[in-house]
Amino acid sequence: MMPADVVGPDTVILGIETSCDETAAAVVMGGNDVVSSVVSSQIDVHAEFGGVVPEVASRAHLESINPVVRRAITDAGIDERRIDAIACTVGPGLIGALLVGVSSAKALALAWDVPFVGVNHLEAHLYASFLEDPSLEFPLVVLLVSGGHTMLVEMRGHGEYQLLGRTIDDAAGEAFDKVARYLDLGYPGGPAIDRAAAAGDPEAVRFPRAMMDDGLNFSFSGLKTSVVNFVRKHPDVQSVDIAASFQHAVSDVLVHKAMKAARQVGATGVVLGGGVAANTQLRADLQTACAEAGIGAFLPSREMCTDNAAMIAAAGWHRLRALGPSRLDTGAFPSMPLVDTGIADG
Amino acid sequence: MIVLGIESATESAGVALASSDGVLATVEIARGRRHAESIVPCVQFVCERADVDLSEVGAIAIDVGPGLFTGMRVGIATAKSLAMALGIPMVPLTSLEVLATGESTTEDIIVPVVDARKSEVFWAMYRRTDHGIELLRQPIVGSIDDLVADLMERDQPTVCAGDGAHRYQVEITDRFGCTISGAAHPSASVLAAEGVRRAIRDETVEEHLVEPVYLREPDAQINWSTRQVRP
Ligand SMILES: [Zn+2]
Repeated sequence: MMPADVVGPDTVILGIETSCDETAAAVVMGGNDVVSSVVSSQIDVHAEFGGVVPEVASRAHLESINPVVRRAITDAGIDERRIDAIACTVGPGLIGALLVGVSSAKALALAWDVPFVGVNHLEAHLYASFLEDPSLEFPLVVLLVSGGHTMLVEMRGHGEYQLLGRTIDDAAGEAFDKVARYLDLGYPGGPAIDRAAAAGDPEAVRFPRAMMDDGLNFSFSGLKTSVVNFVRKHPDVQSVDIAASFQHAVSDVLVHKAMKAARQVGATGVVLGGGVAANTQLRADLQTACAEAGIGAFLPSREMCTDNAAMIAAAGWHRLRALGPSRLDTGAFPSMPLVDTGIADG
Repeated sequence: MIVLGIESATESAGVALASSDGVLATVEIARGRRHAESIVPCVQFVCERADVDLSEVGAIAIDVGPGLFTGMRVGIATAKSLAMALGIPMVPLTSLEVLATGESTTEDIIVPVVDARKSEVFWAMYRRTDHGIELLRQPIVGSIDDLVADLMERDQPTVCAGDGAHRYQVEITDRFGCTISGAAHPSASVLAAEGVRRAIRDETVEEHLVEPVYLREPDAQINWSTRQVRP
């Protein structure tokens, strides 16, 4: 087994991700050089059910896992003996789906006699931001926004997190989905609102910004309700304007609280992660606010916002370096939190 | 020829190494931690104890089900990835074949019955021959009534094995006189030993051709809690 102190810029990590409906594998060198990244999406498989069916997802993962891993290694143009460690998502996610990746990853680690590293999927989303800019100085504030999560976290070091705030009701991504559905803009809601908003006026309607001066928690259910109420009263207002104004309100709240958190902990920068990190307005607003405050803004590239294995390999590299390998009796943790991650370490 | 057998289709999990000399090492876990946590450490353990390096393993025998979906997938994913990484072929056996092979000293009809939950069972029918077992009835899933009707139709001396036979022992024997074998779970030792016999006869398949045997469509019930893990 490779000791953690030799984890460096030449260390090649094979990342594996099977927590929801994408089977993904990637080869990443030195924690940030993405040599290959393969994502096999099951969106079509689940479309007929209108949502992710866990058993269907698990079956599809088992079918895809080895071809996806083989493809990632082929695309990387490396010999499999060049792989120094296997990193895999161990949670949070669907238990049956996670177990396919974890079982496969541990088997590869055993067969190739390299370390296995269990990775937290949420932690990996924030490491997606470091793939392009690995120069970080702690403390950082992480704004993690997705269909399932909206949280502000202080990152004091690799693997050291402190929860600063979270949504008390809907996740930001959930609000995007609901408003997009209500405005009939399509699914998934994030990209649909983003597209519509590009043609609209973000100042057309002044939607409420909830809990602005009230700590670091978020609330998005009231915003969704006020969009619905507004559209009922003003059916003549164009949906592109509604979309732009809604997006503006979400971005305002997220950026306002992220900057407040950054001031509070004296952060050197704000890291954006999760599916909503792909939103155009949020990216622009956060960049402006960070520039004004004289701190860094770390944004993942758009393709790295959605689930992929490059971010798993990147997070795995940092975890391996800081904490060493995970044990081969590690299982899956379907409701694993970001803070106080419960990965079984050696 | 050394064969590694991985068994996880039912509540019990096991790993064994066998060669033409017989079983070299075996671990069976009837209860305790889940399959996903146990199987890879068990592979390490049998290799260490039998002083076998993974590079000496010539094929991997795997129970491809039917059984408990999550458990069997853990074994199949482990076995397939091991085979891919080691560049060796596989010997897939159904859980029913493994159970029947374990009973192959009897002259009776062998009916392995695996609990399928939801008041159903998976079963098949076999008979011993001079060189192993012969399939008489393809694996299917059905109710206990269906199973009993199938047994009565054939109406021959029968031994039933497996966790399904144990769970529904009363329902079966009240209506059809048969022996219930002591074997509740497919055995990793039997799987590995049978894997050696088949590997010697060149009855192996490439890793990418090995598929699970579910015998039941996925539950299409939508679990909305999955929205928690969307990106
Ligand atoms: Zn995700």
